[in-house]
Amino acid sequence: MLPLLLTFVLSTSIPSVYLEQLEQRFQNGGDTVYVVNFWATWCKPCVAELPAFDKVSREFRGQHVKFILVNIEGEDSREKKIEPFVRKMGLDPDVVILLDQKPHIWIDKVDPSWSGAIPATLFVQHSTNTRTFQEREMSYTKLKEIVTSMIQSNK
Amino acid sequence: MKYFRSMSILAVSALTFALLVAADLPDGVKVGDAAPDFNVKNIDGQRVGLATFKDAKGIILVFTCNHCPYSKKYEDRIIDLHKQFQPKGWPVLAINPNDSTVVPEDSFSEMQILAKEHEYKFPYALDETQDVAKKYGARRTPHVFLLKNTKGGFVVSYIGAIDDNVQDPSQVEQRFVATALDQMINDQPVTTQTTKAIGCTIKWRPE
Repeated sequence: MLPLLLTFVLSTSIPSVYLEQLEQRFQNGGDTVYVVNFWATWCKPCVAELPAFDKVSREFRGQHVKFILVNIEGEDSREKKIEPFVRKMGLDPDVVILLDQKPHIWIDKVDPSWSGAIPATLFVQHSTNTRTFQEREMSYTKLKEIVTSMIQSNK
Repeated sequence: MKYFRSMSILAVSALTFALLVAADLPDGVKVGDAAPDFNVKNIDGQRVGLATFKDAKGIILVFTCNHCPYSKKYEDRIIDLHKQFQPKGWPVLAINPNDSTVVPEDSFSEMQILAKEHEYKFPYALDETQDVAKKYGARRTPHVFLLKNTKGGFVVSYIGAIDDNVQDPSQVEQRFVATALDQMINDQPVTTQTTKAIGCTIKWRPE
């Protein structure tokens, strides 16, 4: 009973990842389009666009598109800020907490054009060697357009 | 098939459009460039430009604002930078680049209130046209530009973050701005000239 309960508790908590692990996932993803949004609970425009990510993620279910919402507030904010917020939102995309500590190092690894302002979104597709970075807010329409064109270009 | 092809052309052109929009923001200045002049209104109503600082050794230009949580987290550290380096000839100049129609909390009157409450000892000016942020290539708040006063005028000598830990000042390992200032004050070359940090996007006026 206890191991079962433990598994349940662990599986509901938000995973922590290093950027390197995400990159590994993109590499192994084949023609899967990864939509990777960098956000924080304190960032109003980030929070405002999350429903768009949620909606598009639901619409593309069953297709080779994976939405990942990367929270950049750190482990310290997990219990008080991130987890209650994510539970309340009931988001379709995966949520992960970034473990990398030094923004002046990891921001460039995500994309050299990124100034570090959020919200920002990375679109990656390994099979077509596509990597597009958008340091801006995303609307539902824009997000859907980009995802659709990436899927189409693969066909 | 034909339908799919036209759909895909449409989608590709939509993507191109999205990329163009994102690339719209100007690159701004690089380290080593002459600092572009500006004319902004300080909270006391006075205009502020490079000439205001002609007797200084340099300017700690910080694009920051009222509302951004990361600006708030760095506010005390910006006040401390002024306290530490103004006596050495490097005062802080804070400029708010945000459009207050997008964020009312960043309006001129709100800036006056914040600066008074938090006893700013340095100018806090509004970039009404957002031209200063565009000329410098400021992309987020806070975003620091160190402008060294040389015989040939002000030169950009550092662009980037204040330090390497926004969340916890006690966990800071590298104080980028303070280190660059110490190096310039001691006539040494600046070893780390650009850094990045997480911040809030600049709130551009809707077109």
